[in-house]
Amino acid sequence: MISFALSEPQQLARDAVREFARRELRERARRCDEESRCPDDLLEKSWALGLAAACIPEEFGGGGVAGGQTTSAVLLEELGHGCASLGAAAMAPMLFVRPLVEFGTAEQKRQYLPLFTGDRYHAATLALHEPRFTFDVAALETTAEKRGANRVLRGEKRLVPMADRASHFLVVARGERGPGLSNIEAFIVPRDAPGLRVHDEGDKTIGFQAMSWGRLTLDSVEAPPAWKLGGDSGIDGRRLIAGLRVGGAALAVGVARAVLETCVPYAKERVAFGQPIAKKQAIAFMIADMRIEVDAMRWLVWKAASELEQGLDATRSAAIAQDYVGRRAMKIADDGIQVFGGHGFIRDFPLELWFRNARLLTVHEGPAAV
Amino acid sequence: MVDFRLSPNDTEILEQVRREGLAVRKHARYFDDHEEELPPEKFPEADALPGVSERVMRRPADDTPAATFQMLLGMARQWGDTLPLRQPPLALGNAALQAAGTPEQKERWGATALSMAITEPGCGSDSKAIKTTARLDGDHWVINGEKIFVTTGIRAKGVVVWATIDAQRGRAGIKSFVVMKGTPGFEVTRKEKKLGIRASDTAALSFTDCRIPRDHLLGGDETVPRQGSGGFRGVMKTFNMTRPGVGAIGIGKARASLDFANEALAKEGVEIDWERSRYARSAIEAKLVQMEADTEAATLTCLRAGWLADMGEENNVEASIAKAKGGEVSRTVPQGCIEALGAMGASREHLLEKWLRDGRITDIYEGTGQIQRLIIARAIFAYTSEELG
Repeated sequence: MISFALSEPQQLARDAVREFARRELRERARRCDEESRCPDDLLEKSWALGLAAACIPEEFGGGGVAGGQTTSAVLLEELGHGCASLGAAAMAPMLFVRPLVEFGTAEQKRQYLPLFTGDRYHAATLALHEPRFTFDVAALETTAEKRGANRVLRGEKRLVPMADRASHFLVVARGERGPGLSNIEAFIVPRDAPGLRVHDEGDKTIGFQAMSWGRLTLDSVEAPPAWKLGGDSGIDGRRLIAGLRVGGAALAVGVARAVLETCVPYAKERVAFGQPIAKKQAIAFMIADMRIEVDAMRWLVWKAASELEQGLDATRSAAIAQDYVGRRAMKIADDGIQVFGGHGFIRDFPLELWFRNARLLTVHEGPAAV
Repeated sequence: MVDFRLSPNDTEILEQVRREGLAVRKHARYFDDHEEELPPEKFPEADALPGVSERVMRRPADDTPAATFQMLLGMARQWGDTLPLRQPPLALGNAALQAAGTPEQKERWGATALSMAITEPGCGSDSKAIKTTARLDGDHWVINGEKIFVTTGIRAKGVVVWATIDAQRGRAGIKSFVVMKGTPGFEVTRKEKKLGIRASDTAALSFTDCRIPRDHLLGGDETVPRQGSGGFRGVMKTFNMTRPGVGAIGIGKARASLDFANEALAKEGVEIDWERSRYARSAIEAKLVQMEADTEAATLTCLRAGWLADMGEENNVEASIAKAKGGEVSRTVPQGCIEALGAMGASREHLLEKWLRDGRITDIYEGTGQIQRLIIARAIFAYTSEELG
């Protein structure tokens, strides 16, 4: 049955996160971007919202919310609306927690999930991207060769969210059966694993500077069977990647909405040739298009997220959301600068920051997971 | 709970509508070529296929709500062809009657097909510029003016005509009147020849001292303005219900085109593999992915507009979003499909070129894409039509 209705708990969570994002993230976004850092107190405050622990089963001390991908998508939009970079930093542990909840063996859940149910922000993350220009999740270059019962991980990982703080990395590697989304495997690698090097110097990108991005080198990291996520049954790679794509797209919807909502009052105030620029169709239509596309993008994200929540194959919906949101969110961020004219280019205003964040966000496979 | 799944019952209904559409496809070319002929009220195939309306009426109340489902039905109907297996008994004027008529008027004309005449040689979406006049003379209104682009103007038994009773009052002076065929002074002057939707008749009408009884004023005498613009709003409400429906028509055309292209290309070994990386995709596959995404996005905005109506919530902006997106994909997707298929995609041997021509009207009638953006922008900025025109 088709419905766009958010449940009451979903609405309450959205409102709480919206307020948090306005108060904490939006206010501090500029400074954090300039200083390229995400303050501890902000991570602790975001942790208090209980976002990462919600999907952890009660037996491990979590909120016990089964599924919840739609809720995650709704909340990621709100965080993206505040600041996508800080929002992703706050939600980074979900990159580790969600796959563990979905695919982990009973033993893996018992061992790792309680790390995330305490009172303090605990970072663990997903290491997916690689240095290659034409990076492709279906053709990973990180390998996991068999050596006896163990697997040997070799490769280089880039753009790893919050790597500087992470206690564990979920390292995604080309599967035994070769390339292809369905074949990918993931390994839980502790930070102190022999052969793993977390580079002091992280990645710097056009945007998303408030969140740290790490570089890993896996130089024959010997992974015992207990590290292989999902044990013998492994993981559903399509589902893992779909969750990332939807997460990234949800953040981007928030960025686009921020641009829209900032352009509206500006266009009404800014006078050119004797009247507000909002009264000129060239500007009014650009902003109307933002309004149109923010809706369209959000429903695509909701559809894919709800399919994940219902246990359906969301590969197509997630790919569609990624493609569409990638195109439209970038256009909106770009048009936002245009509406502001010279002010859009000046760092006193947030438009250029959102533009830079959108540029990275819409080419990354997903710095957030639903 | 947010959900985009269909119940098995609804899936079956929509499949049945598509089967009807398939049945009519073989007549589609004929009525495209023979524009001067009106299609029959129903095709022989209609008897073999049970009508869906009964089934739609019997849908359980806890299923996808009615207006939302209407959007899906609209898309599914257009998936077959613009030509329906059964001519719908009612027309756009009936929607106006339902939105603005008195109970007596609804009772009297509810089962009569009424077209709607708004556009004039000198005005389209700018309906407050209407020149057609209605003058009260005793117990009659006297109508004078020319109307064009009247959908179903030939086949309908009557028409809802927009006319001004006081040009000084602008919008507030515009009222709508029911005029039946055969009324002296009312004449159908022309059947238009069009780029597409040729099976749907489009007429030009003229009114010369056409006298109609006073109670043919839609909404009754109370709508004659003292203050405000109640009458105009009454008829404009019609469009809040119909704009997403028109969007759905365009989306149906886009979906049909894309299904045709996907099937044809699959035979040539070109198929979307949703797992494949974009680096491994050909330009044509990338184009198909983009069109799938655009069509799905438009579909969801349409469902959203319907769903808000179902919930009794304001949907003015969302109705325009749905119409704008439907209009967009009705242009870009059939065009893109022809582009993907090459020259034979434009051949009249297939219906794809017809769907492009048929779909092209979607971004024009019931308010062009630009009008929809004006409506949206006015709502965003809280501007009147005078402030943002």
